[in-house]
Amino acid sequence: MSTPTLPARPAGGAGAGAGSGANGPRERLRRLRAELRHWRVTDLIGVAAAWVVGIGLCVVAASILGYMLVQGLRYLSLDLLVTQPEPSLNQTRSGGILDPILGTVIMVIVGTLIALPLAVGAALWVVEFGRPRWLARTVESMIEVIAGSPSIVIAIFGLAIFQLPLMSWMSFTADGGAVFGRSFLTAGAMMSLIAIPSIFTATREALLSIPQHLREASYALGKTRWSTIRAVLLPSVRPGIATGTALGMGRIAGDTAIIVVLLGATLRIEPEGGVPLWGTLTGTGSTLTSYVYNNSPAGEGGAPEKAYAAAFVLLLIVLALNALVSIAGRRDPARTLQK
Amino acid sequence: MSRPATESHDPAGSDGDGTRGAYPPPVRRIALDRAPTVVADDPAERPLVSPSIERALRPATGRERLRIDELSIFYGDAPKPAVNAVTLPVHEGEVLALIGPSGCGKTTLLRSLNRLIELTPGARRQGRIVLDGEDIDGLEMTRLRRRVSMVFQQPNPFPMSIFDNVAYALREQSRKRPSKRDLLPRVEHALRRAGLWDEVSHDLSRPALRLSGGQQQRLCIARALAVEPEVLLMDEPCSALDPISTTVIEQLIHELRSELAIVIVTHNLQQARRVADNVAFMYLGDLIEYGPTEELFERPRAERTREYVGGTFG
Repeated sequence: MSTPTLPARPAGGAGAGAGSGANGPRERLRRLRAELRHWRVTDLIGVAAAWVVGIGLCVVAASILGYMLVQGLRYLSLDLLVTQPEPSLNQTRSGGILDPILGTVIMVIVGTLIALPLAVGAALWVVEFGRPRWLARTVESMIEVIAGSPSIVIAIFGLAIFQLPLMSWMSFTADGGAVFGRSFLTAGAMMSLIAIPSIFTATREALLSIPQHLREASYALGKTRWSTIRAVLLPSVRPGIATGTALGMGRIAGDTAIIVVLLGATLRIEPEGGVPLWGTLTGTGSTLTSYVYNNSPAGEGGAPEKAYAAAFVLLLIVLALNALVSIAGRRDPARTLQK
Repeated sequence: MSRPATESHDPAGSDGDGTRGAYPPPVRRIALDRAPTVVADDPAERPLVSPSIERALRPATGRERLRIDELSIFYGDAPKPAVNAVTLPVHEGEVLALIGPSGCGKTTLLRSLNRLIELTPGARRQGRIVLDGEDIDGLEMTRLRRRVSMVFQQPNPFPMSIFDNVAYALREQSRKRPSKRDLLPRVEHALRRAGLWDEVSHDLSRPALRLSGGQQQRLCIARALAVEPEVLLMDEPCSALDPISTTVIEQLIHELRSELAIVIVTHNLQQARRVADNVAFMYLGDLIEYGPTEELFERPRAERTREYVGGTFG
């Protein structure tokens, strides 16, 4: 190691000759051993247990990743990504996963677009206004209730709501007059509930960490509450909002229950009516999660290879969103406020 | 620009007494061992001249800008007011220092002058505050706070560029946003008045939070000056700064005094002595003594004041 270090300690034989220098791994191990000699047995057991658990979790995560990587790469091909799926039991003719990929993307966009203003607005209200106090507390606990609800519960509740005649504009009315209640829009509305808690919490924590005197500095310049929020507070909490949003997007991309119940279970994206974008939103489709569910051996079954490939793509999307979280969370020191 | 650039102002020229160039090291909680190096090691800093010399040469204080009349502030249900029936004048061209031990109500008094106290839940006010003959309750809040602006204890620039920090103060609550080019002269003027222009003019788009603590505080002063206030409130503006930055800010206060009235809250008696024309000593919400700086420190009339400025308590 070329880094300048302390004057070399008299190294105990083993490490010195190995060419690894005084700070080499052997020397470090020797020092660790010397230190451990002073530890109590219970502490040693505790530390060992912590190591085992930590490494064990790493192994689990790595094997999921590795398995999916191997299986996914084996069956993944460009062809698979860009062709539409076909409803065929013959695997050479059942097509690719283009529509599920697009469906996942649409789902994430719709869900996030609905969730973002609601969650940020709620967080702003709770932190910056929050009166009456009991109402603010109620809002917070209701959001916790949503965060704790299983998504299948949210899904069937959504179906009950969106099948009301009043809500027919969000999906379409089937032959015979019943409102179908299943579309990208209805699923997206329920998906936003999945994303709201993480965006809300991240925004609220970021707002709470802004020192009060920064707000006062803005008021002291004769600024209104609104321009303080817009020009001072929102820019300050942008990293927090980004973190929460990326987390929420990951949850939307990964949710299955709402898709199965609320997206209409068509393999392809089936627009409804003639209007281009609106037709897609009120139409049905599938996502990667429902595709995996329908094709894996655990689900209905017929195409495990394609299910693996789709699962791998889904994993990549969610991991990419998680990477976004850590990038967004790594704040620019120049924009980080001191307390 | 009508006003001369503040950088050219150099009171050292009028100061014959060389020994006065070195301050006694300010009595502060922080970095005491650094204080003696202030003078010798940093040629970039302004010469250190006691403002009290200039003050002695100045004419008596100008007309009354702000009048605090029987002002009392209560917090919540507390029976004893945090500020108890205080009456004080603030004159044009003067620095008024509010001193007193912690919890004596000086910051509360200061924050009531621009009605910032109303942000504190449960705070109630009695008595009148008059700005140029108008009761401040009759003024629109945003208008009042532009006429009576404020600098805080912690340097608190907004998380935006240096330019935008000052421009934010300038942009009125109007639908039409003035362009950057229109604002630049006024931003420059404010930064010059705060003595920061030369240090930041090469890159105004730099994030303000990259500046040093002392520069950040001067940016906050520039921000407060940008709205062309008549009265500038300063709440312990140097307590989070090192001795060098403190000296720079004190120099700045001294230069700004001719243009507006300054009310400064300080825990630092030496600082009050250096920068203030008049000093008000408060204790447990009561105004104990008010008078010209020299008199209050040299010949305090009240027993409490004598003990406090003599260091017996506080």
